[in-house]
Amino acid sequence: MSKIHVTTTINGESTEFLCETQQTMLDVLRDNLGLTGSKEGCGSGDCGACTIIADGRMICSCLMLGAEAEGKRIETIEGLAQGEKLHPLQQKFIEMAALQCGICTPGFLVASKALLDRNPNPTETEVRYWLAGNLCRCTGYDKIIRAVMDVAAEMRK
Amino acid sequence: MTAHKYKWVGTRQNRPDGADKVTGRARFGADFNMPGQLVGKVLRSPHAHAVIKSIDISAAAKLPGVKAVITGQDFPEQPNQSMSAGEMLVNLRDVTRNIMAREKALYDGHPVAAVAAVSESIAREALGLIKVDYQVLPHVIDVDAAMKDDAPVLHDHLFTTGVEPKPTKPSNIASRIAFTKGKVEDGFAKAEVVVEEVYHTAPVHQGYIEPHATLASAAEDGQVQLWSTTQGHFQVRGFCSKLLNLETSQIRVTATEIGGGFGGKTVVYLEPVAIRLSQKTGKPVKMVMSREEVFRASGPTSGGRVDVKIGAMKDGTIVAADCTVALQAGAFPGSPVGPACMTSWACYDVENIRVIGYDVVSNRPKVAAYRAPGAPISAWGVESALDALALKLGMDPIELRLKNAAKIGTKTHYGPTFNTIGFVETLLAAKNSPHYKTPVKPGYSRGVAAGFWFNIGHDSSAAAHVGEDGTVTIISGNPDIGGSRASLALMAAEELGVDYSKVRPVVADTASIGFNFVTGGSRVTFATGLAVVNAVKNLITELKSRAAKIWEVEVDAVVWEDGMAKPSSSNVGKHEPLSLAKIAAMAGKTGGPINGHAQLNAQGAGPGFGVHLVDLKVDQDTGIVTIDRYTAAQDVGTAIHPSYVEGQLQGGAVQGIGWALNEEYIYNKQGKLDNPGFLDYRMPVASDLPMIETILVEVPNPGHPYGVRGVGEVPIVPPMAAIGNAIARGTGVRMVDLPMSPPRLSLALDAARPKAAAE
Repeated sequence: MSKIHVTTTINGESTEFLCETQQTMLDVLRDNLGLTGSKEGCGSGDCGACTIIADGRMICSCLMLGAEAEGKRIETIEGLAQGEKLHPLQQKFIEMAALQCGICTPGFLVASKALLDRNPNPTETEVRYWLAGNLCRCTGYDKIIRAVMDVAAEMRK
Repeated sequence: MTAHKYKWVGTRQNRPDGADKVTGRARFGADFNMPGQLVGKVLRSPHAHAVIKSIDISAAAKLPGVKAVITGQDFPEQPNQSMSAGEMLVNLRDVTRNIMAREKALYDGHPVAAVAAVSESIAREALGLIKVDYQVLPHVIDVDAAMKDDAPVLHDHLFTTGVEPKPTKPSNIASRIAFTKGKVEDGFAKAEVVVEEVYHTAPVHQGYIEPHATLASAAEDGQVQLWSTTQGHFQVRGFCSKLLNLETSQIRVTATEIGGGFGGKTVVYLEPVAIRLSQKTGKPVKMVMSREEVFRASGPTSGGRVDVKIGAMKDGTIVAADCTVALQAGAFPGSPVGPACMTSWACYDVENIRVIGYDVVSNRPKVAAYRAPGAPISAWGVESALDALALKLGMDPIELRLKNAAKIGTKTHYGPTFNTIGFVETLLAAKNSPHYKTPVKPGYSRGVAAGFWFNIGHDSSAAAHVGEDGTVTIISGNPDIGGSRASLALMAAEELGVDYSKVRPVVADTASIGFNFVTGGSRVTFATGLAVVNAVKNLITELKSRAAKIWEVEVDAVVWEDGMAKPSSSNVGKHEPLSLAKIAAMAGKTGGPINGHAQLNAQGAGPGFGVHLVDLKVDQDTGIVTIDRYTAAQDVGTAIHPSYVEGQLQGGAVQGIGWALNEEYIYNKQGKLDNPGFLDYRMPVASDLPMIETILVEVPNPGHPYGVRGVGEVPIVPPMAAIGNAIARGTGVRMVDLPMSPPRLSLALDAARPKAAAE
């Protein structure tokens, strides 16, 4: 079976790749493009460790086929920091110990960015429900929620 | 609190691996690759219990792209010999069969063969071509069923140890253990109030988000390199050495960053298989479990049964405490029934105690450690029964525990006498907490429960190297699962008297630092911290001797203060203090590189106690429980990095909440797992929970220079009973089986309703 040629934009850069028909976007990111920041926790869209943003929409990259990236604007964890500067969410996660093992962290950061992109003033309940698709087994979510709300408040200033 | 006593210990510094972890740069198990690598995949038994009559790998081996196919025959036989695995003991003869079956398949998911191929799709296709001839046998899963006389027997060589007379028939009861203090019969004879109940728990998984992953590269001269996501790379080395007849010095294991373990990654599954495939193919072999494989085949914790009987006087003094614990070990013996028994009454000073435990095999994955192994299960029974006692006595649940609390000098029922502990302090902190002082809201109810964990010490090695510019590298060998690098650097900075930013902690591979026991048992900040402190002390001794050489004075005329060598008094002469940087610059002239090291088997670990409070409401129709407020109080010794200590309390509490309210393995009639995924194995998500308040009580452990007590495991022990107690107090219905999920709770509430109406 011949491979599919895809042209897309990833973290602002024009990107081309060849992929097999059954490869998920997560497979492509990790195995074809060397972007291993997105993680596979379940492969079935239940844990959010593979969260990316596609055309402004937060999705699980394990539920998207690599071929579907054609013509889309993809954002991954690797695009969050700008040069030497961490995104406020990244900086706050470190300062507030909103990560322990760190495996869920890329997913949470991308998901949190997607939230603040569309709602700069979320309530705690809104943050919790937006992030309900991201599993964390280490932190009990407390410090993650606090970090996101603190960043939202700072970014509103 | 600690922050006032020290300069660095007790402060909330940024963790040294933070930038890598928030950018996706940090490399976890599945993020490692080597050129030319093959993909390894495992064929797993679809049957819960079956004789493996034959395995035909010929068709699979011929498939283009397949480079090797192996079965249990490709691994050497192992003796009937125990080896420690984290906080549990495992038998090598059993371990080799767990990683690759031989005579029998003992659970749905049991590995029976493995292939290495040039791509994942070819590997999968090859698995489909392997023909296994199974003779399916009746299976058994629940502990009660497995203990019956007529239960299907898993192992013909298993005769219960610890019973007299010795059994003549094999059974699924691997062993019986007992602990006694005083005479419970006497206690029950004088008791004025007795509570007796039987509790059950369902098996649950540690639920780490990162599946098991490994990359093995075996060379023709016998040397092996291995990357593994593990809580203990020295443990992995030890297992692989035994399972493959390799010398430990031939295997070099690098611990990748680890995406959660909670005890489940203190054993091996893929590693020996990947090494064997790499040996046979001469190529690196990468193996990653799918989520389904993690659930079907990796070791969760036991489900079990706890029979509890408590006898007390009307004033609340407990005079007899009795419990029997039976835990599933999975396919091979080795459940955490020992710790479950030992922790059961450890919080309480009771004259007469008896605890009996049964280790029971059944057709499900071999259990592995899960955060305070066994303790949450016996605590579910004991702490629920204590609450029933408090209700019977009309006594506040915290007061009941204060009345019977273990203190310094209390002799436990499992042997040791407590040194300085903080249970009373923790109970008082809970009692005086804002949470407890706030009246319970109408429609809500409140539950209290306590918990205990020993915390361990064990072996650690550490080194401290000074760079040419005077900055210091601290080298140790424990995978960082929750921020330990930061805590080690904080203690090193404190001991050395230099800025935290000048200390770089590194987790080295098995060839680059001395032996380190696993990251587990709540031991790293304590034992590896101790090794780091000693390595720094060793370094300081060397630094002082270099200063002495530079000043041409006696070594004992030099002191180390604020990160500098100084003369001990004015009599020594006028010498400007020498910073690390200055001494480092002259290292070559004063004797060469400046390094310190230390290694120890850490003694003096301090046990930990926790008290949890929960306010919740129960939807009487749906059985859905909403947690409104949760507080975890714990004696943490000294909070080296308070944020990460809080994180342990919060994370452990939430795992306990999941265990209480939803998590369980659901097996169908064929003994196959129906819910091997995160959708139906329902762990708590952010929208299920409120903030988790934490109270860090600091009663320093006299056995550690900075007063460290392990903190990681205690927090998972109280939550289930705290929640069950709140539900009982709110609904009048005492749940005795876990999980208290909506279907089960609403059934129980429905069953109680006619009674309530009649009363």
